[in-house]
Amino acid sequence: MSAVAMEARPAKRGSISKDRKKAMYWSYFFLMLFVLFFLTPPLYMLIMSLKTSGEIAEARFPWWVFHPTLDNYWSLLGSENFQNFFINSALVSLSTVVVTMLISIPAAFSLSRMKFWGSSTLAAGVFLTYLIPETLLFIPLFKIFSWVTEFTGIELVNHWWVLIFIYPTLTVPFCTWIMIGYFASIPKELDEAALIDGAGWLQVLTRIFIPVALPGIIAATIFAFTVSWADFLYPLVFTTSADQLVLPAGIVTTLIKGDVFEWGRIMTAALLGAMPPLLIYAFLMDYYIAGLTAGATKG
Amino acid sequence: MALAIPHQRVAKRGGLRRLARRKSTVAFALALPLIILIASLVVYPALYSLHLATLNKSMEHFVGLGNFEFLFKRDLFWMVVKQSCIFAISAVIFKALTGFVLAHFVHNIPTKKQRKWRGMLLIPWVIPPAMSTLAWFWLFDPSYSAFNWILNRFHLDNVNWLGEPGWARFSVILVNVWYGAPFFLIMYLAALKSVPEQLYEAAAIDGANWWQKIWYVTLPMMRNIISITVLFSLIVTFANFDIVRILTAGGPIDQTHIFATWAFKLGIEGNDIPLGACVSLFMFPILGVAAWFILRDISVRGNEA
Repeated sequence: MSAVAMEARPAKRGSISKDRKKAMYWSYFFLMLFVLFFLTPPLYMLIMSLKTSGEIAEARFPWWVFHPTLDNYWSLLGSENFQNFFINSALVSLSTVVVTMLISIPAAFSLSRMKFWGSSTLAAGVFLTYLIPETLLFIPLFKIFSWVTEFTGIELVNHWWVLIFIYPTLTVPFCTWIMIGYFASIPKELDEAALIDGAGWLQVLTRIFIPVALPGIIAATIFAFTVSWADFLYPLVFTTSADQLVLPAGIVTTLIKGDVFEWGRIMTAALLGAMPPLLIYAFLMDYYIAGLTAGATKG
Repeated sequence: MALAIPHQRVAKRGGLRRLARRKSTVAFALALPLIILIASLVVYPALYSLHLATLNKSMEHFVGLGNFEFLFKRDLFWMVVKQSCIFAISAVIFKALTGFVLAHFVHNIPTKKQRKWRGMLLIPWVIPPAMSTLAWFWLFDPSYSAFNWILNRFHLDNVNWLGEPGWARFSVILVNVWYGAPFFLIMYLAALKSVPEQLYEAAAIDGANWWQKIWYVTLPMMRNIISITVLFSLIVTFANFDIVRILTAGGPIDQTHIFATWAFKLGIEGNDIPLGACVSLFMFPILGVAAWFILRDISVRGNEA
């Protein structure tokens, strides 16, 4: 029996590795095709952003740029509207990240460790709210906000900062959910030891949980930032005037005017708007992917 | 030392009870911002939209189910229902298939090189969809279309990508698949890596071909992750707004509207908030189904633990 197995093994190993090699080459081939398909729009943005309006209008060869120029970039970076969009986007996204973390870290800590009456129902509820889409909420929220304005006189609609109140509804449920997962994986002995040594719950959170779960917190931060940077529906509904818009809504509503399509500038704006998430992704890819997968594998 | 312990314990018993009581108070206080946020900006608006849907256009009279009656009588409404289902179901199927196939391709190449390829393949997911859809819009543009340019090189006729209902529907689905497939790739790649190699070896020894390995080993091992990703994606795709809004804005002649874009058009642009709320409420059934599955899953997990 063992002799047969010994004899068979070398032959078989050869055939497996040959099959594997074939599979590998075919995989490379198809991966190349898919990468081509996946990267077409961003590369096309780049090509268009380097063209002059004249070259775009000529439309002789759309897939390459013959007279590259940075004019579109300079004109956009000098444009007051675009600067406003960028600053508004940055302010909204960064504040959303801070608000999200201030809400979801303590909540996740309390839901994963400190159980109180109804805490497990709340944890499930958090997950369900993550599934309620923004497209279901924008109409009632719009009505509620104009209603608040009527009663208190505080103008809520058409101010960029109103997004700081709304975006956490997109980010907090998911961030809380993945933080619960990360916190739950911290061994109980750690906080028990600290409690016995006389630390309070808040100290346990700040001295033990936050440092230990830092990778999870970074992943959640990245998620919160990219979601609030990319959102399109809420700014479209809640902000209208050019100085209050954020990037995605701003590019779509102000640069696309009637029939005068300045596509070189639009593509440049889109590319610049996509830069912050792309840079974060390029430098923190592992955290980005950890955040992406944690939500589903722990759910 | 030995003497000190019983002494301390007596003193601590009262403290422990107080600690327990304080613990739940602190816990509640820590979770309070979350509760307030969810209650005021998610749960309340969701319930409020139920109320809104029963008002007339100027929101002064209660009309009961009048808005629903009005919708049911319009052909356009049924078209939107159909289009939402076609859009969501076909997009999710193609996203899942693309992700599954791609995950296998990435899994087949040496581990060292996987990172680079995975990195490139995830880019569509990273770019904000509003921005990348603009690029697609221009790729599809009737007179400057870069796709038509290629077709012309092969002596094929121009395709009116966004102007003809059939092609417009195809285009919005294509863009959605392009945007969402990388997410499935990442999920399925992680799942593939967690399937123990021994199972494949055992299957190989039993003489299984590659199809049988996928059907009897890979798919059963990935069943959970597949059902979760498909469920999530179904919800997100049903509720999609950005892509359809920017690419076609519902056109040509309202043929590509889905619930979200139509609700936006009626409620915000058309100023008929109750009717818009009414349309967006039709996203609830799919949510309800999803909630049922997920709650069942959570309670199963709870019992196991």
